[in-house]
Amino acid sequence: MNDLSAPSITYRAVPVRPAVARRIRGLSDQALAWLFITPTIVLLLAINVFPLVWAIYLSFTNYRANRANAPTIWLGTDWYRSILTDPDIWAAMQVTAHFVIWTVLIETVLGFGLAFLIDKKFRGHGMWTTIILLPMMLSPAVVGNFWTFLYQPQIGLFNYVVAFVTGRDASSFQMLGDVTLSPWAIVIVDAWMWTPYVMLICLAGLRSIPDYIYEAAEVDRASNWRQFWSITLPMALPFIMLAVLFRGIENFKMFDMVNLLTGGGPGSTTEVASITLKRAAFESWRTGYSSAFAIILFVTVFGLANIYVKALNRVKNR
Amino acid sequence: MSVANAAHSVVEPSAHARRFAGLLVILYAIITMIPLVWIVLTSFKSPDDAISYPPKILFKPSVEGYCNLFTTRSRQTPEFIQTLGQPRGLCDSIARSRNMVVAGPSNYVPRFVNSLIIAFGSTMLAVALGTLSAYGFSRFRVPLKDDLLFFILSTRMMPPIAVAIPIYLMYRTLGLSDTRLGMILLYTSVNVSLAVWLLKGFIDEIPREYEEAAMIDGYTRFQAFVKVVLPQATTGIAATAIFCLIFAWNEYAFAVLLTSGNAQTAPPFIPIIIGEGGQDWPAVAAGTTLFLVPIVVFTVLLRKHLLRGITFGAVRK
Repeated sequence: MNDLSAPSITYRAVPVRPAVARRIRGLSDQALAWLFITPTIVLLLAINVFPLVWAIYLSFTNYRANRANAPTIWLGTDWYRSILTDPDIWAAMQVTAHFVIWTVLIETVLGFGLAFLIDKKFRGHGMWTTIILLPMMLSPAVVGNFWTFLYQPQIGLFNYVVAFVTGRDASSFQMLGDVTLSPWAIVIVDAWMWTPYVMLICLAGLRSIPDYIYEAAEVDRASNWRQFWSITLPMALPFIMLAVLFRGIENFKMFDMVNLLTGGGPGSTTEVASITLKRAAFESWRTGYSSAFAIILFVTVFGLANIYVKALNRVKNR
Repeated sequence: MSVANAAHSVVEPSAHARRFAGLLVILYAIITMIPLVWIVLTSFKSPDDAISYPPKILFKPSVEGYCNLFTTRSRQTPEFIQTLGQPRGLCDSIARSRNMVVAGPSNYVPRFVNSLIIAFGSTMLAVALGTLSAYGFSRFRVPLKDDLLFFILSTRMMPPIAVAIPIYLMYRTLGLSDTRLGMILLYTSVNVSLAVWLLKGFIDEIPREYEEAAMIDGYTRFQAFVKVVLPQATTGIAATAIFCLIFAWNEYAFAVLLTSGNAQTAPPFIPIIIGEGGQDWPAVAAGTTLFLVPIVVFTVLLRKHLLRGITFGAVRK
């Protein structure tokens, strides 16, 4: 770094090995590597790790953010024990599981189906693919909020279309106000938003299958059906898994769209884990309790993320 | 034609299958576009048209939604309104036809500006930090490299609400709550993981020989990075920047929990636009439309790199 002058002729003339040249001039590679990497690590330590450690500490205390001056009492693992035996928490986990399983299932089936069709390369497939991709790029909060309008009984477009198709009265059902329908209302919006995500990854999977494999199958007179089950699906599977894992993790943390569509209601029928956490932390101000719940969610996501990264590497190394 | 057909391999789908596939995909695309088209249509409806039954596809376009988005209005008696003289501008005359007068600008513009500042600020920081780290990870032997990379990625996996609890307390202590700087730092920390992973992929693709040649010519490692690697990585950096920008632009969970006024961005603001007697849907739709347009443009620009972006660089075409 201290040598910013023009390249000198001497170096060109003398056959110096690059490693030696590097050592002579200014910073060593090792120093430069740390200089480049440290700022990122410091930022993440300050804004992710330090608060996390603080949250771990708080999870063992009775601290409440709205009564910061009250004496803090050490409670040990009391919160963890009460959370893991709390029926409300298990209800929230069940709601989350329903949401995650159905969204991932629908998105995978639809997404793979779409990718399979797009891979037929009909005329204009590029343009239509871009159009299909639009919903996933938009803000889930802002678009989710607009879906509450589409879901209005009577005046909402969704109700109107369903009424038109099924012949039922458009004001006879409330997607967001009914305890049996609202869990499906959030599944529909999520599937609308994120099917393109699965589609895009599956499409990459399908395109990674070399043509000669199909040609060989064709020579062996394998039927289309057989080709699909023996070539297409197994070879695209790592990509499908990748999409499933990523959607699974994302939907396990789902907050914004559900918060705006139902806010967890009616009652707590759509109260996914993040909404329970938000209610405990920012409405009841049970900071210690919610920190403990946050840590439990952390550990769960961390476990899932570990699997995810392994899957990523497997796909990468193909 | 026959020559072209003969050149096709046996695995090409038949024209029939191709047309059928196209039909199904186009059908899906049209259905998936309906909610988005409905947002734009609603933004140009009058409040009565917006909530009519059956929903109106044909209607008389009105800019009332946009007027209501940008202004606040107060209800007045017709007698008072008559004493005011000529309405000032189109929005004022629309408001007066509803026995209201424009009282002043709404908060939409300041919130939109906050979104712009926070999104661009955090993107620039994240891309700058990300480029340096990505180069470091790509070119040098870093101890515990894989663990560090996993640590960086794992920060993005955390549920935002779980992170928000301690961040809320930390920001309250540091005086960063509801400040743009606080939000920029927070979004940078979320985006930097994406930036490092994506840019590492892009920089890995640039042959090391270029830098080595430059260094044999007398450049230092740092000069080689600036003058050889950065120009080569421009496309990757631009694509990464757009991904970071979209994330920061769309983010809601942190924004709704950590900001209330000064630094509030558009996503938590748009859902709370209300008129007299409930949500003012044309105004909400207008706010949503203006908010979504930049993202639609970016998506079209990014379409070649989308796959990479959403898989943290794991899948390349």
